[in-house]
Amino acid sequence: MSTRLTTGGQRIDRSKPVTFTFNGTTLKGYEGDTLASALLANDRMMMGRSFKYHRPRGVVASGTEEPNALLGIGSGGRFEPNQRATMQEVFEGLEAQSQNHWPSLAFDIGEVNAKLSRFLPAGFYYKTFLWPRAFWKHVYEPFIRQSAGLGKAPKDRDADTYEHYYHFTDVLVIGGGLAGLTAALAAAKGGAKVTVMEQEAHWGGRAPVDDGAAEEVAALVAELEGMETVTLRLRCMGAGVYDHGYVLGYERLTDHLAVKSGPRHRLWRIRAGQVVTATGAIERPLSFAGNDVPGVMLASAVRDYVAHFGISVGDRTVVVTNNDDAYLTALALVGAGLSVPAILDARQGGGGALADQAKAKGIRVLNGHGIAKVQGRKRVTGVAICKQVGEGAVIEEIACDAVAMSGGWSPVVHLWSHCGGKLIWDDAQAMFRPDPNRPPTGADGTGFVSVAGAANGLLDLSDALPDAAQTGAMAASFVTGKASGDIALTDRKPRGDRPIEPVWLMPASAKRALRAKSWLDYQNDVKVTDVQLAAQEGFESVEHAKRYTTLGMATDQGKLSNINGLAILSGALDTPIPQVGTTTFRPPFTPISMGAIAGPARAEVFQPLRRSPIHAWHEAHGADFEPVGQWRRPYTYLRSGEDRHTAVAREINQTRNALGLLDASTLGKLIVKGPDAGRFMDMLYTNMMSTLKPGFCRYGLMCSENGFLMDDGVVARWDEDTFLCHTTTGGADRIHAHMEEWLQTEWWDWKVWVVNATEQYAQIAVVGPQARSVLEKLGATDIGNEAFPFMTFQDHTLAGIRARVYRISFSGELSYEIAVPASQGLALWEALMQAGAEHDVMPYGTEGLHVMRAEKGFIMIGDETDGTVIPQDLGLGWAISKKKTDYIGKRAQERSDMTRPDRWKLVGLETLDGSVLPDGAYALADGHNANGQRNVQGRVTSTYHSPTLGRGIAMGLVLNGPERMGETVQFNKVDGSSVAARIVNPVFYDKENTKNV
Amino acid sequence: MLILTCPCCGVTAEETEFHGGGEAHLTREGPGSDDAALEGYLFHRENPRGVHFERWRHVYGCGKWFHAARDTATLEWFGFYPAQTSEPPEALLEQIRQKRPGWRWRDFA
Repeated sequence: MSTRLTTGGQRIDRSKPVTFTFNGTTLKGYEGDTLASALLANDRMMMGRSFKYHRPRGVVASGTEEPNALLGIGSGGRFEPNQRATMQEVFEGLEAQSQNHWPSLAFDIGEVNAKLSRFLPAGFYYKTFLWPRAFWKHVYEPFIRQSAGLGKAPKDRDADTYEHYYHFTDVLVIGGGLAGLTAALAAAKGGAKVTVMEQEAHWGGRAPVDDGAAEEVAALVAELEGMETVTLRLRCMGAGVYDHGYVLGYERLTDHLAVKSGPRHRLWRIRAGQVVTATGAIERPLSFAGNDVPGVMLASAVRDYVAHFGISVGDRTVVVTNNDDAYLTALALVGAGLSVPAILDARQGGGGALADQAKAKGIRVLNGHGIAKVQGRKRVTGVAICKQVGEGAVIEEIACDAVAMSGGWSPVVHLWSHCGGKLIWDDAQAMFRPDPNRPPTGADGTGFVSVAGAANGLLDLSDALPDAAQTGAMAASFVTGKASGDIALTDRKPRGDRPIEPVWLMPASAKRALRAKSWLDYQNDVKVTDVQLAAQEGFESVEHAKRYTTLGMATDQGKLSNINGLAILSGALDTPIPQVGTTTFRPPFTPISMGAIAGPARAEVFQPLRRSPIHAWHEAHGADFEPVGQWRRPYTYLRSGEDRHTAVAREINQTRNALGLLDASTLGKLIVKGPDAGRFMDMLYTNMMSTLKPGFCRYGLMCSENGFLMDDGVVARWDEDTFLCHTTTGGADRIHAHMEEWLQTEWWDWKVWVVNATEQYAQIAVVGPQARSVLEKLGATDIGNEAFPFMTFQDHTLAGIRARVYRISFSGELSYEIAVPASQGLALWEALMQAGAEHDVMPYGTEGLHVMRAEKGFIMIGDETDGTVIPQDLGLGWAISKKKTDYIGKRAQERSDMTRPDRWKLVGLETLDGSVLPDGAYALADGHNANGQRNVQGRVTSTYHSPTLGRGIAMGLVLNGPERMGETVQFNKVDGSSVAARIVNPVFYDKENTKNV
Repeated sequence: MLILTCPCCGVTAEETEFHGGGEAHLTREGPGSDDAALEGYLFHRENPRGVHFERWRHVYGCGKWFHAARDTATLEWFGFYPAQTSEPPEALLEQIRQKRPGWRWRDFA
């Protein structure tokens, strides 16, 4: 069993006990414990179950690479799933829950999957869930959904806050181990502004445990802390390295605290002149049968738990290795009074100086040996040992309750690789390490990332530290342009290791039964046999094999499994490892919280909110708002007891019969001015705009260069040089940019200027039979139909406010749109409301606007258009100039696809039963297409209940529609049935235009 | 995230302050152009691994469009220049030829 030793543990404070809960049970730990070490102290070796087979899994590592010990932490608004127990520090009152089991961690129904593992091979889903088609919806998908996912998503709103932090530094050192600190000191002494980030809560990396260098680390940190140009951050991970020296840091501020205050996480958005990745190395597991049984751990983790936390993971630990490092574990365990029954060294020649020390301590060392099989299910009970070279014939069984394994070290090359740094295969050390000649390059084409320490493949401090000092000094020189001096280093001798011998499978010729229990990826349950099967089935690319087997696709992104997996693939393909290559390293290094990514951008500050000058009045008068771009516009104004439908009908009826007001301030207002304005307008619009006389208005269409209709609106010519272009509310900024683009990049010699004046004017539509009388009441004179005709504008003073009045209509009613300076908008609105009171004036919202335009057959950008529709489809040929030689989109509208006769065209649609057609419904045609889908001949683009006509009305695009007036077509409904509608003229109301006079 | 320098206002800023506009120096094909020319203008874009001429707009700054030359593989900028031209400046071309021997303007093979 795993226990707390009575002495030892550099990181824990035995005078400060803390209590926490695990699956509801209260347990004890000490301040300084990680959740993993505290659970081990309470003999909770099993911390989770695997994803696919639900196998019992214990903690295997002691750091960020942990694949198994994923727990749900906290509760309510502070619950977060999939947190690594090895990275979570314990605090008083911490709540932790295990995941991926039912009904309990100890007894799990899903474990039956493990018994079926023979029938759940690589690519199982792809092979099995192909047919029959109907099974997808009712059988396969529910099954996969139920099995999918490790932890449960939080249900409550996140109770914490998060922040972003912008940071600029000359040299950013990622990793606060001895190499990183050394590089940082050299860079700082070279005159650079330096930032050091360490993802763990402690400085020094492995050096305090493996090299007894705790004091040296403390001295280095103290020296760096004393320098003004140095910023040091613990619990801050370098999450990703991006283009041109952009780096994201992820700082965990309160995850280790019992009392939370301030932001929980801080996302550092860093621009660094040079980046030094001193990210260390991760120990690899060995692939032997049963290497996932709780109690089998990385050798480095076993000695970390002893040295840092005074934890014995077992009374009797068998050490198995292919390199000298694991001997440190045996020595540490024996030093703590624990038993190491044997060290199994797969190398025939055995180890070097450390091996000699182990033998001198009386530890039994068996060279050329390995593990044939681990015994035990929920906990190691022993190992069967064999010769490494054979098939796994058992020589001897050794009783033990823990196994410490080491398959060598893989440099953490992720951050080097994120932005394009390349790797080389180091055959002697059996590792990929950064190729110093092919670093990620910055804006000037030179490298901006360098590597120090174990991340650079230098596993011995006597090599790593001089290299780190030089790397730091060079990084500083790159930025400052000055030479850096040397720093003093402690004199170190090489440790005297014998070289590693790669062991990708233990034993080397293991039989299938053993290989099928040799795990590569613990979290996703990928075994040696799965990768071999993938290779056999032709998934030769490492990227394909990864996706087929899911190797390295779990939340740990294969930190333990990738190299072992591609070595197995390499063996199966008979292709050398460097040719097989690695999969792509993508940021973040480990998962970061969504909250940190969002930072403060949530709720009301997620996006800027734009308000019309009359917004406050709308709010005070029952406006039911809808978002239109970044604006909020009243959908309708609810009176007490009304629903939306009733309110909309009331507003429309009152507008058509008497008087309505619309706040049209959000509509785009772009001023186009200059000697060449007319020429430019002729290019922008399909119509001839240059012939428009000052004082007159014209409805215009704007197309993209691809010919598709992108915006519409009324253009008013203010004077010879000046046009005002009304755009849709959502189109103002886009159309402004469109105009600027053409002016700046194509017709840059034309004398035209464009200004977006949308927010400078409030605009109010006064609509209905009483519109003229209310304007007269406010002081307008001589505005009869002849003095002030349709599609003209005039300046008037209304209620004492200078106003530009456009006689234009989007409802078919007599209508004036009145533009005043934004600051006068509310005053005019209130004056209109007061003057219109005798006609029971009502404000109407966007839905009333939409219904009334549809009753008149006017198109709406975004309803009748979707980026594939040209004006000719919408019966708008009358708005396309035949005289002009060119306009944007003209040539594209001559393409064969645009002129083919069977394009769907705009028509009106009336259901026979008066009901409202479903939005987006398709007009059904006979037969089925090659995919077995029903053929279609059109679709609904706008559909409403018309209170004016008392029935459903719709517009749609239908094959040969305009030639099929009166024909009945079936439209599909969501429930599978269909509804009949007649093809009619899209103008439903006042076809003779009798009202707008 | 790239860092760009706007040749109009001189500001050096992050990519989020700008907006990319695709390949530079296209020739507009209007009425009268043949189908192949129109197709090339509307739909075909070069996507070289190496030197590329691009359009950018300093959209959250001075608002001006400009051109840039970039190595798409190494992300190195060779230079930024105003949009009001139909060809890259000769000095820039010469600088690129120095850094990429054998490279030729509009030779995408």
